[in-house]
Amino acid sequence: MLYDVAIVGGGVIGCAIARALSRFHLRIILVEKECEIGFGTSKSNSGIIHAGHHASPGTLKGELEWAGNQMWDALHDELDFGFARNGELMLAMAPDQMATLEHYRRQGAGRGVTGLEIWDGERVRREEPALSATVVAGLHAPTAGVANPYEVCFSLIDNARANGVEILVDSPVAAIACDGDGVFTLSTRQRPVHARFVVNAAGVFADEVARMAGAGGFRIRPRRGEEYLLDKRLKGMVRHIIFPCPTPQSKGILVIPTYDGTLMVGPTAAFIEDKDERTTSAAGSDEIFAAVRRFVPGISERDCIAEFAGLRAVTDDEDFIIGPSAQKGFINCAGIQSPGLTASPAIAERIVAILRDEGLEMTPNPTYQPHIVRRVLFASLGLEDQVRLAAEDSRYGRIGCRCEQISEREIIDAIHAGARTLDGIKFRTRAGMGRCQGGFCSWRSMQLLSSELGIPMTAITKRGGNSWIVCDRDEGDAA
Amino acid sequence: MITAELRHLEPHYDVVISGGGPAGMAAAIGARERGAEKVLLIDREAEAGGILWQCIHHGFGLHHFGEELTGPEYAQRYLKQVIDNGIDVLTDTYVYDISPVRRLKLMSGSQGIRTIDAGAVVLAMGARERTRGAIRIPGERPSGVLTAGLAQKFVNMMGLLPGRRVVILGSGDIGLIMARRLTLEGVEVLGVFEIMPYANGLNRNIVQCLHDYDIPLHLSTTVVDIRGRDRVQGVTVAPVSATLKPDMSRAWDIACDTVLLSIGLIPENELSRRIDLRLDPVTSGPVVTSRMQTSANGVFACGNVVHIHDLVDFVSEEATLAGQAAGDYAMFRHLPADNIRLIPGDNVAYCVPHTLSTDREHTVYMRVRKPMEKCTIRFGSAFKTKVKYVFPAEMVNITLMPELLEKFHGDTLRIDVVQR
Repeated sequence: MLYDVAIVGGGVIGCAIARALSRFHLRIILVEKECEIGFGTSKSNSGIIHAGHHASPGTLKGELEWAGNQMWDALHDELDFGFARNGELMLAMAPDQMATLEHYRRQGAGRGVTGLEIWDGERVRREEPALSATVVAGLHAPTAGVANPYEVCFSLIDNARANGVEILVDSPVAAIACDGDGVFTLSTRQRPVHARFVVNAAGVFADEVARMAGAGGFRIRPRRGEEYLLDKRLKGMVRHIIFPCPTPQSKGILVIPTYDGTLMVGPTAAFIEDKDERTTSAAGSDEIFAAVRRFVPGISERDCIAEFAGLRAVTDDEDFIIGPSAQKGFINCAGIQSPGLTASPAIAERIVAILRDEGLEMTPNPTYQPHIVRRVLFASLGLEDQVRLAAEDSRYGRIGCRCEQISEREIIDAIHAGARTLDGIKFRTRAGMGRCQGGFCSWRSMQLLSSELGIPMTAITKRGGNSWIVCDRDEGDAA
Repeated sequence: MITAELRHLEPHYDVVISGGGPAGMAAAIGARERGAEKVLLIDREAEAGGILWQCIHHGFGLHHFGEELTGPEYAQRYLKQVIDNGIDVLTDTYVYDISPVRRLKLMSGSQGIRTIDAGAVVLAMGARERTRGAIRIPGERPSGVLTAGLAQKFVNMMGLLPGRRVVILGSGDIGLIMARRLTLEGVEVLGVFEIMPYANGLNRNIVQCLHDYDIPLHLSTTVVDIRGRDRVQGVTVAPVSATLKPDMSRAWDIACDTVLLSIGLIPENELSRRIDLRLDPVTSGPVVTSRMQTSANGVFACGNVVHIHDLVDFVSEEATLAGQAAGDYAMFRHLPADNIRLIPGDNVAYCVPHTLSTDREHTVYMRVRKPMEKCTIRFGSAFKTKVKYVFPAEMVNITLMPELLEKFHGDTLRIDVVQR
């Protein structure tokens, strides 16, 4: 089988590209190293759809942030993931930071970002009563929003798959060869993949993947960010995404009301060497809570229910690398850090245009269907709908995850949609994401995985690889 | 066992109990004792009995039955009484919502959804375990970090092991019980690490589960790092200072594949929050009267949903009282009002109930903040008693006779535990 396009990397960028290309009559495959889609940077992401005024002009980031931002309503309408434009507030904590607010207001207005407005401290506190009395002013950006980044990946890939894209998971690319006819061969653990064009969306590993194809010449350094999730009890404490005044290195430590209503605080920003390291630290936790308490004094470590770390893929000049490479037919889409999620729909369209320029003929896919089948979110339904659904399928009435009130039917649907692991179930349904962190429900989710996939309990993992959960009594070797 | 069917439920019950564990079962029997005719006990699992089923060790019932039982035996005895008393038991059903007028929305795993009305409601949902996120242990996020109760479920209910080489963080009772249980299963238990200078479990569990099996207990020591990309590969532990700050110069590494957490329980009050019950910030459970009534009329609470107990016998005792009061309420009997308020004072973390009446004797349950030897427990000027020692891990219960309380009508009593 010769594919027209092979996409390396199943994060939000790879998924968005796969889905954008599925509009055309093409043979497309997406190759992912992890055992499920979205398990790298996209899973451990702040989930912010940036307002459009953050990135500097003259950069790819600046261009694609605002272009991407404007595409999210249509995308949300078609793909039904958690998304809301709740707006952001960039805070001035001292009078000398007013100039920074004004700079960003002008920068945004200059590229057409709508609704930017500087609010005085009183107005800020009227809109957000939990903010500190020391806030001097805030730049309100109504175009900012939050999305569940993992849900975005799943929706994109589910739709791409429905439109004919093939997915190969658990398949790190070990080598890339290009023959005289311009056909690439990707060696993976499962099978070789032959394709005329390759799009490199390999996140923090994009430099290594590019090098395999002789299309390198850039470096990706992982910059780790720790984030801490707070109990849902605090839902509504803060409505906007709260930013401090940014520095050149980072947008700073934020308070993010996630789409599901959980508050998230973070991220830190520190370069690390190891692209697989996702540790959290006592220092990171201290830094974050001290930072956010300056503007939201009511936030406490005691409300923390989970923490995680994610890696940003950072290039030497901090901008995206998007375009053809020294190797004809090999397109790089690298260094996609913040505002990468925001820009992702625009990046995907940019890649479509580049592939066309590079000679990929594109005719419309006659069966393309942009909408996905809407997922049932049982807990959010009214009583009548719940009664009706539970009568149709009693598994809707059996609560699998009590903290997030997820029915067993929703968990089973997630398994049928591709969840293979406990994390897969968690990120597709939220089962296990709440305050008990799976203490109550993980055994039941494991039973459902075991019966639906026909595998023993001992074969179930948290997120693939050697992340086994339980072992047999009489087994000699646990692993 | 006999269970009610969702589709055959009556539209109205005198008393409905949410949660069929030890608290719920005792409450149901208490309600029947007071003449409530239609009593419905609801549990989310396939059988009532709650966490007792997975507690296959002995040590239950010494106070209540005067003999030593296993968890399942204790559950069985109560279940028999539940059935003998003609209480309807509805299993595989979840109380999804409750309204201020005590209309309950029930979701069954096999029979759909419906609502019923209750003359009185008893909340008996128990507790959940604190997780890694609650104490923010630094390090990687591999599989193999799990709560002791989940490990107990795997081992005792599902015949599976959580790992081969286990480090236990926290010295709560479930962790101690699991240290012994896993050792008996051939799992290497490398040690129990407790950040506090004293253990958090019962002394008898320290002796019977750790000492008897040569499992070391490291006090004032905690896990400061978890390593392993996929599965746990090891932890770093370090002694802590008096201010609980780890001393990294004395830290050491331990190779293991599992970290069990036994770092405390939190009352499960999601349902309580739906009707905005007043909660005690220390217990995280509802504020209750001496008859276990919450801040909502006709809504009672008992067991671990109110505060964490260390012995099931006291859960049963407290729940019987709650069930009796719920029965009285549902039968339109007047519940005497409480007129004394209790305030936790020196070395008292909390007390339950939060108020007392002067018409009868009361048992007050409380926990101290720190260990103390040769001390006096004082209830204002109403009552004092000497005790040899107090320990945060062991709940203190004091019975107060009505004649002591009579002259404090309308007052506040401050409870202090002070050195003699």
